[in-house]
Amino acid sequence: MLILAIITALLLIISFICNASKTISALKIALRMFMNLLPQMIPVLFLIAFILALLPPETIEKYMGQDSGITGFLVAGAAGSIALIPGFVAYPMAGVLVKNGVSYPVISVFITTLMMVGILTLPIEKKFFGWKVSITRNILSFTAAVAIGSAMAVIWRFL
Amino acid sequence: MKTYLKKNKYEIIITIFMGLFVLLSYVYDYRIGTESARNFSDSIIEMISFLPLIFILIGLFDVWVPRGIIEKHLGKNSGLMSIVWMILLAMLQAGPLYGAFPIAYMLWKKGTSVRNIFIYIGAFTTMKIPMLSFEIGFLGLKFSLLRTLLSMPVFIIIAFIMQKKFGKNFMMNDGKNN
Repeated sequence: MLILAIITALLLIISFICNASKTISALKIALRMFMNLLPQMIPVLFLIAFILALLPPETIEKYMGQDSGITGFLVAGAAGSIALIPGFVAYPMAGVLVKNGVSYPVISVFITTLMMVGILTLPIEKKFFGWKVSITRNILSFTAAVAIGSAMAVIWRFL
Repeated sequence: MKTYLKKNKYEIIITIFMGLFVLLSYVYDYRIGTESARNFSDSIIEMISFLPLIFILIGLFDVWVPRGIIEKHLGKNSGLMSIVWMILLAMLQAGPLYGAFPIAYMLWKKGTSVRNIFIYIGAFTTMKIPMLSFEIGFLGLKFSLLRTLLSMPVFIIIAFIMQKKFGKNFMMNDGKNN
């Protein structure tokens, strides 16, 4: 956190010395992105906070924790395939979930399906690629996400 | 300000209801409500101190990185280097998956191979630099590095499968009609 703050400050100063107007437009971009994200983020974070208050930690541990096995992957994969959460909201959310006992491999399946698989956006994808290509790509991506999660689960124990 | 409120009106209404829920929870000492509020305030404080830093980095990235240089290297070439250029181009983007489709269409029209189009989509979904900075920030470098290293060969394999399966008469639309 402190390192990140120092790096950001240094880069900002260097950027400002090189080109002040470019730096100001960078800050404007940053502010705009932050303001756009904030209203979306608040309800999602509250929903997560609510679910975490509702579910006892043991339940989360059991279904999405270190030893949840394939159940955890399927729950995470299904959630990630259907959900339409922008990455900027998904990562903070994933951070909260990890702190509450969800395992990293399960999170990787959630993140990967969220990014690569889009069931709700299939109608949009179909407009560009047609049904056959779109469905094939989504099925392959779902399989890939579970494979990545399984590999993560194996490797994570050794790291 | 007015357009901002208008654009986010549903989010704002939901937020007001959340506030009411929390207030009532404290009044009636409803444990789940008060605990949600505590969980929420922990995470939102972390977000608000952390996010501006990442967004400033993304903003700087946006104004300084010359995307044009990479676009020059794209075209009909289908050698191994073209995979590298595709991945680099995708890494510099931002936004949701459906934002990648119009770019894929543009690449297809410029003569990019089926394999490279799906490499672009794969890299777009798993390796965008703005996303990676978020990932490292919230889940740590170890997680991010491992996930990226595992994803790369996987989406390249998917691209090869797509090329083999659909390469012969692959067609794309501009997404406007049908």
